[in-house]
Amino acid sequence: MSDKIYGLMAEFNTPGDVLRAAKKVRAAGYHRWDVFSPFPIHGIDKVMGLKNSLVGWVSLAMGGGAFVSGFVLLWFSNAFDYPLIVGGKPMFSVPMTFVPSYILMVMGGAIGALVGMLALNQFPRLHHPLLNKARFELVSRDKFVIVIGSTDPGFSLTETRKLLESAGGQNVDIVEDKD
Amino acid sequence: MSDSLNQLKALAAPAELRRAPVVENNQGLGWLTDKLSAFAEGKTPLWWWILFIPAAFAATVIFPTCLFYQVFTGVGVWGNNHPVMWGLDIVNFIWWVGVAHAGTLISALLFLTRQHWRTTIGRMAEAMTVFSVMMAGLYPAIHVGRAWFDWFMFPVPNSNGLWPQFRSPLMWDVFAVNTYLTVSTLFFFMGMIPDFAVLRDRSTTRVRKGIFTFLAMGWTGSARQWHHYEKAYLVLCGLCTLLVFTVSSIVGLDFCTAQIAGWHATIFPLYFVIGAVFCGFGMVLVILIPLRKWCGLEQIITMSHIDKVAKLALVSGLIIDYIYLMEFFIAWYSGDQYERWVFGHRLFGHTYMVLGWMLIGINVGVTQLLWFKKVRSNLLWLFIIGVLINIGMWCERFVIVVGSLYQEFLPSNWGKYMPTMWDIGLYIGTLGAFFMLYLLFVKFLPMIAISEVKGVMPEADPHHRLGGAQKEDGHE
Repeated sequence: MSDKIYGLMAEFNTPGDVLRAAKKVRAAGYHRWDVFSPFPIHGIDKVMGLKNSLVGWVSLAMGGGAFVSGFVLLWFSNAFDYPLIVGGKPMFSVPMTFVPSYILMVMGGAIGALVGMLALNQFPRLHHPLLNKARFELVSRDKFVIVIGSTDPGFSLTETRKLLESAGGQNVDIVEDKD
Repeated sequence: MSDSLNQLKALAAPAELRRAPVVENNQGLGWLTDKLSAFAEGKTPLWWWILFIPAAFAATVIFPTCLFYQVFTGVGVWGNNHPVMWGLDIVNFIWWVGVAHAGTLISALLFLTRQHWRTTIGRMAEAMTVFSVMMAGLYPAIHVGRAWFDWFMFPVPNSNGLWPQFRSPLMWDVFAVNTYLTVSTLFFFMGMIPDFAVLRDRSTTRVRKGIFTFLAMGWTGSARQWHHYEKAYLVLCGLCTLLVFTVSSIVGLDFCTAQIAGWHATIFPLYFVIGAVFCGFGMVLVILIPLRKWCGLEQIITMSHIDKVAKLALVSGLIIDYIYLMEFFIAWYSGDQYERWVFGHRLFGHTYMVLGWMLIGINVGVTQLLWFKKVRSNLLWLFIIGVLINIGMWCERFVIVVGSLYQEFLPSNWGKYMPTMWDIGLYIGTLGAFFMLYLLFVKFLPMIAISEVKGVMPEADPHHRLGGAQKEDGHE
């Protein structure tokens, strides 16, 4: 037991069980905890008090940025740096910029969504203390796990364990941090 | 307890109105996980090798031979010549883009409309999109003749001080196809991250564990991760849906901004989008029907899902038929002799009338078979119809591209187009490359979105009895 403790994990069998347990953990005043599930559980955001994800804003910013840069690129390349007369039309007009800028907006927005998701989740990471636990591998299968982190001010091995067990958690276990 | 159960039963809709279950014979989340990852983990079956070897031969021998011979020698090795400067290369380009579209429609648009059945076939449709856009993107890049000047199409500062001419839809195409490839690949990859984690956790060998740990990028399935992931997924779906309607419209604009009779019509952008989707549903049927049997996925990709794909094919086919009708009507109604000539010759000209009638016979005729439930529940029929739809849509593109070019305004300018062995070889090569990539995907990656399918099961709903809902939650 020379390793640092990462937290305590408890298993649940159904999304309904884990949702009820999560309500109790939240009510007990914990902050550094999370629920692990094989798929997104409907309503868990509300129970955990998660605010609207910032991914949408990252995507909007990158998509909008791409749109504006497409607009500027077209003006710069076809009207300013090398003015090009095509079919006797004006050197620059807004409608001509729309399609390429729109396409660039889609590209920027998509990259923004992926990059935003990866950044907000602090991906990529190749290691996580939880991945050392054999029982935790069942989370990607059919189990639901609540982990309360040891960095939480309210964390105590005995009290937290009691709470998780009273909330219906099975196989309550210590997660070591081996780094 | 039994009283309230009986009350609930009385309230439930009659059997014929109830939705078919997404997964038949569902035995819980663990069973589903085993079932869905079985093929990627099991021993490679014989049929896989029987399909893979010819596909890999086409992809690694025929494909590069035809490609390099054309690039080193010139476009002259193809049948393209004045006046038919767009031949099989552009026909195949449109065809491949078309195949891609149904994949995006299934995975993105059906997600936005909350069609739960899409979870089972979405991943396979996305893979189809990614690989066919790769094949599509190749054609214009070598069709330009000097592939080493392809970078002229990108706005790169260069010593000539020249920029691309952005008023041309051909230029928009470069952007659209590249964006389509990038976005659909990102979407494909992001959707697989939770499933990589499933395979990581199930892996038994060190190498497998290492590869999937790397690909899963640290996914643990925490609520915070799902929270960001779902948002990103939703945004990507919205953007992909935009692309379904944009990419083929821009390909359509390539044609309708030209003055050629038969191309110069405002209906073209819509025409190409619907044609693309129709063709893609044909390809979905061709891919799904054998794979569900050979991979043992009959309970996952149920007959009800196949039936829905067939219905979507029918709907898009009917829209296509309406557009054919309008095309011929407008050609006649315009009173323009060139338009009338071109459309008359699509069906009654001596050179390509066979293709014209195949187009009508398949896209207008054979499609109507999908009205019948008997046909929609017969897998062999559906498979054959799927192949025929692909052939029919290929003929349509040929008729549009070559049919309008070979007899232009001046009779002294008329000519004929016959593809050479290099045209055909390249097409066979791209088909081989597509199926090779697809087979590799099926064998090594999660071919069904494991976490998404689990997420729409009743066991996954915390407000359902199977999901652990209790009376005190206010639910039964």
